[in-house]
Amino acid sequence: MQKFLCTFLLLLLSSNVHAALNLFACEPEWAALAQELAADKADIYAATTALQDPHHVQARPSLIAHARRAQLVVCTGAELEIGWLPVILRESGNPDIGPGKPGNFEAAHYVTMLEVPTLLSRNEGDVHPGGNPHIQLDARNYLPIAQALSQRMSELDPANAAFYHERIHSFTQKWLAAIARWEKQAAPLKGQAVIVHHKAYAYLNDWLGLNEVAELEPKPGMEPSVSHMSQVLEQLQRQPARMVIRSAYQDSRPSEWMSAHAHIPAVVIPFSVGGTDSAKDLYGLFDDTIARLLAGLSAH
Amino acid sequence: MFKHVMLCAALLAPLCGHAAGDTPTTNNEDLRTLSERVQQLEQQQKKQQPAAGSNAFNPDVSLILSGTYGNLQRDPAIPATGFALSPNNNGYTKGFSLKESELGISADIDPEFRGVGTFSLDPAGGITVENGFVQTTALGSGFNLKFGRYFSGLGYLNEQHAHAWDFVDQPLVYRTFWDNQVGEDGVQLKWLAPTDAFVELGGELGSGRSFPGSGRQKNGAGSGVLFAHVGDDIGVSSSWRVGVSLHQTKQSNWISTGVPDLPGTAGGVTESFSGDVHTAGVDFVWKYAPGGNPTVTNFKLQGEYFRRRQNGLLTYNNATTDSYAVTQSGWYLQGVYQFMPNWRAGLRYDRLNSGNAQVGVLNAANVIANYGYTPTRSSVMLDYSPSEFSRLRLQLAQDKSRKGLNDQQLFVQYVMSMGAHGAHQF
Repeated sequence: MQKFLCTFLLLLLSSNVHAALNLFACEPEWAALAQELAADKADIYAATTALQDPHHVQARPSLIAHARRAQLVVCTGAELEIGWLPVILRESGNPDIGPGKPGNFEAAHYVTMLEVPTLLSRNEGDVHPGGNPHIQLDARNYLPIAQALSQRMSELDPANAAFYHERIHSFTQKWLAAIARWEKQAAPLKGQAVIVHHKAYAYLNDWLGLNEVAELEPKPGMEPSVSHMSQVLEQLQRQPARMVIRSAYQDSRPSEWMSAHAHIPAVVIPFSVGGTDSAKDLYGLFDDTIARLLAGLSAH
Repeated sequence: MFKHVMLCAALLAPLCGHAAGDTPTTNNEDLRTLSERVQQLEQQQKKQQPAAGSNAFNPDVSLILSGTYGNLQRDPAIPATGFALSPNNNGYTKGFSLKESELGISADIDPEFRGVGTFSLDPAGGITVENGFVQTTALGSGFNLKFGRYFSGLGYLNEQHAHAWDFVDQPLVYRTFWDNQVGEDGVQLKWLAPTDAFVELGGELGSGRSFPGSGRQKNGAGSGVLFAHVGDDIGVSSSWRVGVSLHQTKQSNWISTGVPDLPGTAGGVTESFSGDVHTAGVDFVWKYAPGGNPTVTNFKLQGEYFRRRQNGLLTYNNATTDSYAVTQSGWYLQGVYQFMPNWRAGLRYDRLNSGNAQVGVLNAANVIANYGYTPTRSSVMLDYSPSEFSRLRLQLAQDKSRKGLNDQQLFVQYVMSMGAHGAHQF
């Protein structure tokens, strides 16, 4: 009876308050996290998909139009979106989502950044002064981010604060259990030498203990060149690696080339929600990432 | 009543969650370690980092360096046939040359305003202020206000800085109709509609300093611009934007030299025009990238058409003044295809129509009313960008913009950006 009443009242509420929290997520992992935390209380728009390179997104008219009505913009920050988000925020004519405003949430503020460069020079490629921005592949990072995001949602939508509070509580419990499960599953990955396409896995490595020995890109953000890849191949003679990893959005050719020449498996990981068929939500993202890495390990 | 329902629901919400979410499968010990961990993480979260950034308090500074090598068969100073009354600022030089270096400085001024300054350093010496505007986004409700010196929002290419051009030069219609780019001193107000699709309306009032205006020292506005843009996505792979623009200004004593005339005066004559100039244009751009990911391959198709009516008085050879009216038009269509990472190829076709002028009786035997020639140009380019900060380009053009003076042109160009590199517009 109580359950029925609740459902009824919530339905009534949602039909009356059609103005759900209008949320603009820069990357699909934040859209998925917002979905976990707000369920139907938010109207969530994901600006990019996992098959797009979050560094290189066009400031498309549709993105500006969606930002115009957003109450909350949820992005990685740490300059990951510097090539497109500033234009969108400016052109939107929506001061509530400007940098530093309550309607602007940067996930990178709530985690410990890795690979903060000591030398800031473009000679080092496309480095980010705030550190490596690909924070979404360490499942542990979602705990503080989710806490902060839930708080922010409550601030902007106080009418549903109790709901958000409840959701963050249950999410945290479920997520902690999932982390324990993933860490157990991923134990064989610890210490394994790997090559990566782009320096996008610092947080994944930090969490699961993978040992990144080389990158296919000569410098972050620069396309893999034949000469650099030959060097990596040479390096592999002295320091073998178990697999070559790339994200779903990346060109397959460099890692396929490396796979064929070094006789190691090329592993594609979803990188974000939607990057593979199995990565349907945040849980699927990590289930599938770990499953694919383990498959790569046993592919010998 | 409504408030009560909300309150009731809000109070009941946590209850609902518990009723649905409690799964008593985890044992107590697990739960304890879990909650300890949450506490740890919450502690960690409290130690928030300061906002990092290379520009903490300092403005973003950028410098663009560019230069060309040009191989031309004809003198670039000769204007397109039928457009001797228009600027011919093509920027071509034979051999090696440094192009304008562009120094850009931008920063938030305070919570209300943002300032942008772009200074063009001429290789021959001298600095011109290309842009120097203040922008406010604090208005809200989709309004954006800009004032100072800015590139007008008309058309598609007009707002793009030279370093973002896909070809070495601007399309012929931009060179002749807008002196490459309309930079106004004035005020621009834009409004973005609260719709799913992108609908933007904008208006500008300016001094009319930039061609087709001729500069003036008067109160009030010397030029007015209205534009509208509509855009959206088609699926995940394509997006588009179309626009219409209207521009109006007055020219007073716009002097052109070396204008061909009916008597065939050697070296042409000087003509001066005063009158109204009305221009209307349509533009579109369509961008395609497989899966919306442009990093490996992508394609861009764009085109613009402008039509201009000039109506006023023409003074022939500093002597005879009579009425003069002409409608001219021009368009270009271009496609740029990135066929592999770092490499792009592009094709552009340009066409102008110099129109059929109505020349007053006094000048009927002097001024050429119809040139009977359609200027065209075809250009191909190939560019290579080792990173997003550097670009090397080869461009070949078959320039038939001047009657009887076909030109095969070759350009090699470099464009390099240093320092902060702001986000590019669509």
